[in-house]
Order: sequence, then structure tokens, then C-alpha cells
Amino acid sequence: MSASTETIERFTEKGYEAGFVTNIEEDRVEPGLNEDVIRFISAKKNEPEWLLEWRLEAYRNWLNMPEPDWQYVHYDPIDFQSISYYAAPKRDEDRPQSLDDIDPEIRETYNKLGIPLHEQEMLAGVAVDAVFDSVSVATSYKDRLAEQGIVFCSMSEAVQEHPELVRKYLGTVIPQNDNYFAALNSAVFTDGSFVYIPKGVRCPMELSTYFRINAANTGQFERTLIIAEDSSYVSYLEGCTAPMRDENQLHAAVVELVALDNAEIKYSTVQNWYPGDAQGKGGIYNFVTKRGLAAGDNSKISWTQVETGSAITWKYPSVVMRGDNSVGEFYSVAVTRLRQQADTGTKMIHLGKNTRSTIVSKGISAQEGQQVYRGLVRIAPTAENARNYSQCDSMLMGSECGAHTFPYLDVNNTTAQLEHEATTSKIGEDQILYCLSRGIAEEDAVSLIVNGFCKEVFRELPMEFAVEAQKLLEITLEDSVG
Amino acid sequence: MALLEIRNLHVNVEGAEILKGLDLTIEPGKVHAIMGPNGGGKSTLAKALVGDDAYEITQGEVLFNGQDLLEMDPEERAREGVFLGFQYPVEIPGVSNTYFLKAAVNAIRKHHGQDEIDAMEFLELVRERARRVKLDEGLLQRPVNEGFSGGEKKRNEIFHMSVLEPSLGILDETDSGLDIDALRTVSEGVNAMRADDRSFLVITHYQRLLDYIVPDVVHVLMDGRIVKTGGKELAHELERQGYEGFEDNAA
Ligand SMILES: Nc1ncnc2c1ncn2[C@@H]1O[C@H](COP(=O)(O)OP(=O)(O)OP(=O)(O)O)[C@@H](O)[C@H]1O
Ligand SMILES: [Mg+2]
Repeated sequence: MSASTETIERFTEKGYEAGFVTNIEEDRVEPGLNEDVIRFISAKKNEPEWLLEWRLEAYRNWLNMPEPDWQYVHYDPIDFQSISYYAAPKRDEDRPQSLDDIDPEIRETYNKLGIPLHEQEMLAGVAVDAVFDSVSVATSYKDRLAEQGIVFCSMSEAVQEHPELVRKYLGTVIPQNDNYFAALNSAVFTDGSFVYIPKGVRCPMELSTYFRINAANTGQFERTLIIAEDSSYVSYLEGCTAPMRDENQLHAAVVELVALDNAEIKYSTVQNWYPGDAQGKGGIYNFVTKRGLAAGDNSKISWTQVETGSAITWKYPSVVMRGDNSVGEFYSVAVTRLRQQADTGTKMIHLGKNTRSTIVSKGISAQEGQQVYRGLVRIAPTAENARNYSQCDSMLMGSECGAHTFPYLDVNNTTAQLEHEATTSKIGEDQILYCLSRGIAEEDAVSLIVNGFCKEVFRELPMEFAVEAQKLLEITLEDSVG
Repeated sequence: MALLEIRNLHVNVEGAEILKGLDLTIEPGKVHAIMGPNGGGKSTLAKALVGDDAYEITQGEVLFNGQDLLEMDPEERAREGVFLGFQYPVEIPGVSNTYFLKAAVNAIRKHHGQDEIDAMEFLELVRERARRVKLDEGLLQRPVNEGFSGGEKKRNEIFHMSVLEPSLGILDETDSGLDIDALRTVSEGVNAMRADDRSFLVITHYQRLLDYIVPDVVHVLMDGRIVKTGGKELAHELERQGYEGFEDNAA
């Protein structure tokens, strides 16, 4: 059925809908990285001495670390000296107090993306901490959250207002020298989100941050830290998109989560950065380190991600289950098309007794997209009765794309029970014919089948986010003609 | 005017000629049965009619309501009223049967300039039709055909047909895999749909089905051609004698 294959390819050659550039004057340092630049960033942010020292230590470590090359992605060497490590919107001091104060241009940007902030807040009760470039420009619902003792602010603010919490937890889940990109981030991170949920508090709304990369040649180094005290709960949403641009942009974020006894953190991501063009030019390099520490007994950390963007993705959201009966989950949909490359997966590290983890990974490759699932399940000798369920499904659209699965197991306790399932399927031409023969148009058939394939992941997302993710997948994989 | 008129149809599959000059005319309101040995080309005919592009039409023409069917895209044929109950219905994981049918119903309505169906109205329609073919209500919310038993899949095809209300229903071996009771309810489902402006092309190996769905015309398809056409008694004859006597005609 060659025509169907052709149609699938046509559908996946979708232009990048979120590609445009916002014209905002920046306040930035010249490209290059050295100790002076780090001192500049730290001074600009009025940081305490210990944090500057911490950054410098990370930088010195980084200088001695080799760039990793084991991952299944190919790209030209990154010139770290050509990157500018600090950019902030011009009106840093008089930041808007509510969303109404936001620069109309920024709001317009969000509107073009189909994310009308104010509407979303009203409809969904979402508090938005919008990160524009490297500095937060809008925060809302803070007061309501503050009533319950919840802290939801930018990392820079947290450093000023809650230095004891930042100092206690920063780098405890992902040490400074954990890996090459985490070390770089530790040295030069500019901003990100900070969340603190006190004991026994169930956060009354989804906390949401929209990240955008806006300045040409500016590496983005966000740093996010979420702490859930005993018996607390929080659901955090991270969504992003970027303007079309030619130079490759490096993005190396670090996200650390800490869940204490009986606490639960749900972290959901929709990532739609510029993937580069059909020749593989442009596009974001996304080298992220995300890890959650289920530190307390009966704690739970759940990662859900829908990844459709970036030229190169290198990302393994992980959970370390230290508490007894703690739970780690990873639900992922990753799409690679054009010449996108993704090496992604998760690590589930079982330390405590009766710890349980679930991995559901759905990979979709189209055109010349290449995708690797790399998952590690480690059962420590201390982890009596640990259980893991892993399911990795790949769907191929067209003949030039690829999917590879590397599941690693490291089991050091004989009481462990592990279950692994993996499938690879071509998007069925007989499935498409079946839809057509019922009158359903080809592009609707493709999205129906793809959405069905991803269902187990979508249902883990908060409702509004699931709808957005579904829409994103549709516009990513289909032609809007018709 | 005939509902369907097939003239001198030649179809290649993977380079081999499977249909070799097939003629068939179906008048509105009539039920035609096609019987014939395995590999004769029955499913090929069905797939060619719905526009599966693995089946290459090399010669001939097909008129549906006087229009050139072969010029239409597969989804357009469906919207114009051609339905195929597949011999091997495919599974669509994660897509609920109801959701799928609603997409189909709305695509067909849109084609005819109608508004989307009201949600409550659709639900009622679906429940009523499910009852008609005794389809377990649980199967309405399950993903399309996923984990359905062989018989449930076939019943589901008839259920789809009764919701979509085509003017030509092609049923490819819908009876195989059905137990006796299922055969009866499925047949009743089809009979309930019989109408002056609706025709059926029933592909089967068994006379038994034709006791329930009594055909107006029976054809024998062998080696890519219709080699014999008769009334319902032809099916009885085939049941007794097999296809042996027809080989000469086919050559
Ligand atoms: N997609 C295909 N690829 C290759 N060969 C095919 C394909 N479809 C049909 N054929 C071949 O065409 C011939 C006719 O097949 P068809 O399925 O039409 O027969 P049938 O009459 O429906 O048989 P049965 O009674 O067994 O269902 C067979 O030899 C079959 O192998
Ligand atoms: Mg057949």
C-alpha cells in the first residue's frame, strides 16, 4: 500500500507551527565561559558567598570532565565559548505583579502558541510561573499558595528568601559532578522554579511553568528544585516551545525532586522545542538531567513526559526509591521526525524494601527520526521484594526512521520481580485502510491510531495538559490541509 | 439504474493477476451471494471495491450509483455508502469502539452537508444498534477489536454496518467464526437492514448463512471470474457437489 506510506510521510513533514521570534531587548553577557562569567552571574543575582563557591567548584569539576559520547546521537562538537551564559529581560527590577502586567508582546507570543495564559488560569486554576529566557517574568496565585505555606517562585527568589531550604537540598539529588551537563548547569544556572510544599499540605492546584528559549545563542540552564515534605502532594507541569532559528541552541537543565515520608510528586512535561529543519539544520540540543529522590517511606514520584521537539534529546528522568514501599513511575511519549535524534529513557533505582516501579515508554519515529530507549532498573541488595514493570513500544512511520531499545537490568536481590515487554510496530496500513473504509479521512486516521498508541501515557497527564498534548501530537504528525 | 455495475474488472496483486475480467451487476434492494473456492479472488474483489491500493486495477470499470467508483478515494467511497465487513477485522489499540464510530459517523455526515451528530443522539443510536446485533455493551467502550474473540470481531463488523447504514454492504465471510446463535442474530441484523434502496454482497463458503440471509442471486467466483450465476438454489447445489463441475467453465 504505497500510497498510504506516502501520505504518512507527507503528514509528518509538517512545518514548525510555533516558530517565531519575540523582539525583546536583552541584558546579556558576551559569549564565553570562565570564572569571571560565573562571578558575574552570581553577583547579578546577589547570591550568598556559599552559592558562588558551589558554582565555582562545579565549574572546576566540569573542566576536568570528558564530554559524554556513549549516547546514540550525533552532532557537531559544541563550542562552549561561543555561548552567552546570561540573559535577562530588560525590566528586571519592576517585574509584573500579576499576569495583567506582562509585556503585551510576551502575551502575544503565548497567544500565537495557543496558550492564552489568563484563560488557562481561569479555566483550570493553574498558577503560572512563566520563565521568559532565563528570568521569571510572571508569577500568579502566589498569595493563595502562600496561605498554605506553599512556596512557588523562581530559583533566584528562593535563594534570596529561603536560602536555608535551597542550601539544604540543592545538589542533594543530582550532585554537582553527576555528569558533564549537570556540572555545567551547576556552574552557570541562571534561573528555574522552586517549589516547597509543607508537611501535610495537598497543593490545591497544578503548578505550571512555561519555559521558552528566546535569545539567539543563549544556552539555557534552568535549575528546578521541588521539595515535598511529609504527607504532602504536588502536581507540577512544565511545557515549552521555541522560536524558529538557525543556530543550534544548547539546553542543559537540571531538575531535582525530593519526596519525604508519604509524600507524592507528579511531574509532567510537554516539550516542543524547535526540532530543526528537514536537513537537520537548527534545532535545540536538549541535554537534561532529571531525578527524583523518593526519600521517605511510602513516598511516590511520577514522571510523565510528551516530547516532540528538539534536534537532539538526551534525557533520563529517574527515580531513586530510598524509602521503604516507595514508588517510582515513568510514562513517556517521544516523537522523532525530520532528522531528530532522541536517546531517552529512565533509571529506576530500588534501594528500599517493597519498592515498586513502572516504566511505560512509547516511541514514535517518522521520516528520518532516530530514537533510542535506554532504561536501567537497578535492584540494590537492600531492596527486598522490589518490583518493576517495564513496557517499551515503538511505532515506525515510514522506512527511513529507526527505533532501538536498550534495557539494562542490574539485580542484586533474589526476591525482585521484574517484568519487561517490548513491541515494535509499523503504523498499520491495514489499520489505516480500516479507518478509511469507514469514511474516516487519512489524517484523522493517523492521529486516531497514534493517540490510541499513546493512551496509557496521556491518561497519566492532568486533564487540560492531556488535551494539549494530544493536539500537539496531531499538529506534529499531520498535515493541517483539509 | 443499477446500484453497482462492474464491467470486465482486472485486478493485480503484487504483479499477479487475480481478477481476470469480472462482471457483476447489483440492483438496488437485492442481496447477492458470492461463493467459490479458497484463493479464487473473493476478498480481492471486496478490497478492490473499497479502494485498498495494494490491489491494482489494470482494466475495467466500476459504477456505483452511476458514478465512477474507481476514481474515488477509499474514504469517499465509504461516505458515498460502500461498506466492507472485513474477513479479518484489524485491532486499533487505545481507540474506543464508540469513539471510532463517532468519527466515522461524523465524517459521513459532513460529506453530506450535515452537522455533527448530537452526543446523546449518537449514544442512543449506538446502544440501540448494539442491542439489535446482541453486541455486548462492554465492547462499546473497549478499543476497536482489541482482544475481541473471533466471533465478537465479526459481530462488531455488523454492528458498525448497522450504525453507518451504507447503501451497499459487502460482507466478507462474516459467518466464519460465528456460533449458531450468533449466526442467527447477525443474520437478523442484516435482514433488518434490508430495504429497497440498500443492497448486499455476501461472501460466504456456507449455504447455512444463506438459509438466514436469503439471497436473490448467487454467483460462483473461481479463478478470477464469475463462472456461474443462479438463484438461491445454486447454493444448495454447490453444497452437494462442490466446485468441481465448474472448473471447465473457468478455464
Ligand atoms: N495482499 C496480497 N498479497 C499477495 N497476495 C494476495 C494478496 N491478496 C490476495 N492475494 C492472493 O490472491 C489470491 C486470491 O485471494 P483472495 O483473498 O481474494 O481469495 P478468496 O477468494 O477471498 O479466498 P478465501 O476463500 O480463502 O478467503 C490468492 O492467491 C492470494 O494469495
Ligand atoms: Mg477471502
